[in-house]
Amino acid sequence: MEVLSPYKEARDLVIETGGEPLKLCYQCGLCTGICPWNLVRSFVVRRIMHEAQLGATNFGSEDVWTCVTCRACVQRCPRGVEIIDVMRAIRRAVASLGLGVVPDALRISAKNIAGVGNPLGEAPEKRNDWAKDLKVKKFTSGTKILYFPCCVPSYDPDVKTVARATATILSKLGIDYGLIDTQTKCCGESIRKAGHEDIFQSLAQNNINLFTSNDVKTVVVSSPHCYHTFKNEYPELGGKFEVMHATQYLASLIENGKLKLSKDVKKKVIYSDPCYLGRHNSIYDEPRKVLQSIPGLELIEFPDAREEGLCCGGGGGRIWMDTPKGERFSDIRVEQAVRKGADIIAVACPYCFLNYRDSVLSMGKAETLQVKDVAELVAQAV
Amino acid sequence: MEEPRIGVYVCHCGTNIAGTVNVEEVAKYAETLPHVVVSRHYPYTCSDPGQDLIKNDIKELGVNRVVVASCSPRLHEKTFQGALREAGLNPYLFQMANIREHCSWLHESSPELTEKAKRMVRAAVNRVARHASLEIRGVPIFPATLVVGGGIAGITAALEIANSNHMVYLVEREPSIGGHMAQFDKTFPTLDCAACILTPKMTEVARHPFIRVLTYSEVVGISGYVGNFRVKIRRKPRYVDEGKCIGCLVCQEKCPWTALSEFDAGIRKRKAIYVPFAQAVPNIPVIDTEHCAYFLKGKCRACEKFCEANAINFEQSELIFELDVGNIIIATGFDTFDASSMSQYGYGRYPNVFTSIEFERLCSPTGPTEGHIILADGRQPDSVAIVHCVGSRDKNYHEYCSRVCCMHALKYSHLIKEKTNAEVYQMYIDMRCFGKSYEEFYDRIQKEGINFIRGKVAKITDEARSEEEKGKLIVIVEDTLLGTMLRVPVDMVILCVALEPRKDANEVAQLFHLGRSADGFFLERHPKLDPVATMSEGILIAGCCQGPKDIPDSVAQASAAAARALAMIARGKIEVPATTSSIDETKCSGCRICNLLCPYDAIFYDAEAKVSRINQVLCQGCGVCAAACPSGAITHNYFTADEIAAEIEGVLA
Repeated sequence: MEVLSPYKEARDLVIETGGEPLKLCYQCGLCTGICPWNLVRSFVVRRIMHEAQLGATNFGSEDVWTCVTCRACVQRCPRGVEIIDVMRAIRRAVASLGLGVVPDALRISAKNIAGVGNPLGEAPEKRNDWAKDLKVKKFTSGTKILYFPCCVPSYDPDVKTVARATATILSKLGIDYGLIDTQTKCCGESIRKAGHEDIFQSLAQNNINLFTSNDVKTVVVSSPHCYHTFKNEYPELGGKFEVMHATQYLASLIENGKLKLSKDVKKKVIYSDPCYLGRHNSIYDEPRKVLQSIPGLELIEFPDAREEGLCCGGGGGRIWMDTPKGERFSDIRVEQAVRKGADIIAVACPYCFLNYRDSVLSMGKAETLQVKDVAELVAQAV
Repeated sequence: MEEPRIGVYVCHCGTNIAGTVNVEEVAKYAETLPHVVVSRHYPYTCSDPGQDLIKNDIKELGVNRVVVASCSPRLHEKTFQGALREAGLNPYLFQMANIREHCSWLHESSPELTEKAKRMVRAAVNRVARHASLEIRGVPIFPATLVVGGGIAGITAALEIANSNHMVYLVEREPSIGGHMAQFDKTFPTLDCAACILTPKMTEVARHPFIRVLTYSEVVGISGYVGNFRVKIRRKPRYVDEGKCIGCLVCQEKCPWTALSEFDAGIRKRKAIYVPFAQAVPNIPVIDTEHCAYFLKGKCRACEKFCEANAINFEQSELIFELDVGNIIIATGFDTFDASSMSQYGYGRYPNVFTSIEFERLCSPTGPTEGHIILADGRQPDSVAIVHCVGSRDKNYHEYCSRVCCMHALKYSHLIKEKTNAEVYQMYIDMRCFGKSYEEFYDRIQKEGINFIRGKVAKITDEARSEEEKGKLIVIVEDTLLGTMLRVPVDMVILCVALEPRKDANEVAQLFHLGRSADGFFLERHPKLDPVATMSEGILIAGCCQGPKDIPDSVAQASAAAARALAMIARGKIEVPATTSSIDETKCSGCRICNLLCPYDAIFYDAEAKVSRINQVLCQGCGVCAAACPSGAITHNYFTADEIAAEIEGVLA
């Protein structure tokens, strides 16, 4: 029998970062019930909350790093417990107080972000190389829109197509936009969720200074993760600019008639709601409006869509970690897409792009199922 | 005015005051103040000997004004005023100096504290010298009572009052009285049949010489004040002549048009001309003009053809009339939460997901299945899951607990076991069995072999993952006691939906000037000590309209509201507090600023005389009008400018 002796510093840190609402948890278990992990293994979210309440968190457990921050639990919690903040707080305790071990893959990505400003460990000067032949200008004071593609489309050879498609559309319409100086760094959203608060603070400060000194007023992003942190977390640190996700911007251009889509894309397209557009920021309709404006495109829905959409498994820093086969949410999504007869899974997030691409390949579906970003489909229809 | 002879009494209040204030010094100081003829200090002035001190001084020393320096007037003003009254002195020739809550309880002991107490006493002495005798008046009241809502609470309140030989008007907007209780099958914890214990009361109400039942009627207007309300009632047309109808119900039989039955919670149809249920009181049908072919298209008239009593009257119009009542008891009940807004539970999508009230109708012998528990396709279920807290205890819907669901969930378990061989699962978070015999009921039901799974249900789906799940509804939930996820395949799901305020609670609240608590139910005057009164004198609330509760508590509240009403009826008059405001018409300019400011709607403008007047019964003496009047035409008794100025001078001198 153990004596209950709460580790007070840990409990206080968790409650301080995890928020007062943790005290309200009445252990109903809805979070466990709704968490996508329980489709593939056992992950008892409720128990982690109770351990945190008592200061009995097992900081050495692998489950510290399991949560993908998809927000399915927070959305339905009857007591308003900020479960994601609690997970982040526990990770912070491990990362900064050294109460446990940060998994290797995450450690490397953190090192890369801290060192060269992107998780892939690529050279900062090469950040805008994806746009080399597209003649995109550099953002300066007075440029109307900053296009911020996210580290993944900037550096990853496959996902580059998303940035290129978006830039092509914007250039074709004659929009006044530019790319920020390569001194910019990763937005920091995921590394913050992974508990590395110090790294996040320095990234944010760097970006806010850079954007402010360049008079950035409006940012269009390709990643819902960048969207989320720019919109919800940067303002209290001094970063005040208007943020739009590319699908929102495209929807507005279609609505005011500036963007006309005339070429057919005769495909059955199934749209996957990104957690950070949907549950985190309530953006469900604009991406669908954009897809429905593409001539010949048949839009179909996953059986669990919108607020109930299944996470691809990339949030919370897990995009940088390995998930064993049989536990991948994106595999389930691919199965669902195949059963619905889809030709293309439409994504609006670089992490979804990576995860679905990997799942399609590993499940041998590459002949019949493609993964495309909404921007890529729009570029085909312009 | 007579020469003031002031008695000052400084209380120790044990050590509460004496611990930090030098009460003897204060009493000694008071002796030096103008018009003070005696100044004493005493340990507990509110006690009998303490009050006797004051009474004796009034009798023996001719004290005609009293200052008590002690606690807050909210605590003992009435106590000391009582003492003055008993000694033959007008209770308003009295002032308290609060040297406890406003002095000794706020600071550490110091000489300045005693100085502060002295100032407060001087202020009170200054003021009380200017007090005038004020009279409490009585206003006669109407002895009749209006009860709004004919459910178990309304019925109980009506019978209690009527049995004292005083008139009650019972207004019910449905075609029959009975409320939600009439829809239930058996009731917990006794398993009494709801209809068996309710219908005798319904007939008693109908036959009672002192109750006038007004069904299919609504209150549409109210004016006046406590003891003197005038209410406007609208009697909706039944299109059936109540004097002629003999209740044979052939019209209902012959009517070819249908609609969803409200009484059967929408799971069965009724006719366009209908009585809501077989035991309806009165047993007189009503024509639903939104589904009747005559009213919609000018056709049919079958009911008229077959009615042997010639009771059908398509020309009947609504009747509006007024009633004078002294008290109003609101007993309008509750609505249930619409579970279709929780899409994860599949209500409205899967035919075998039922709400609690729908299940009551399935179980009831007067229901659509004559009491047989069957699925949508007619089979008996092999397994049933009962889901707790649907819409309750959930910040996304209603934060409160609906109080009755744990108990009715146990009841359903019993009824299912009694009528079928089904396996029963209860998905609960807590088991709230608080009432008399409730825990024992829980005991009894557990003995019947119910499966209890502690966890809030995450999802209900029909997507089978294995053979045993095919054709079933799968309840997905974490069993928090085991710490594992479960998929529970069942044939039927019952959702214990939250009790909510009625959909028109807003309109009713505005009509009767009722407050609403944060949860939307009607606001009681004090949550612990006054659950049936409201902020408006003469308007009482009882039953679920005040908050979710079971039948025993609804009945108890209804009896309490009846007692409160009867207390006023027995007194025959209400006392108007003397501290009201009045307008000097010679000074009133008719600007009407006071009309708009009065929070109690107590000020009226007399257009002929071009002055405003204050209703002395509605006035609660808040003083806002007196403060705002630009002509200084309003006197606020007990708070005149003179008196207040004297008090301020006493503090500042």
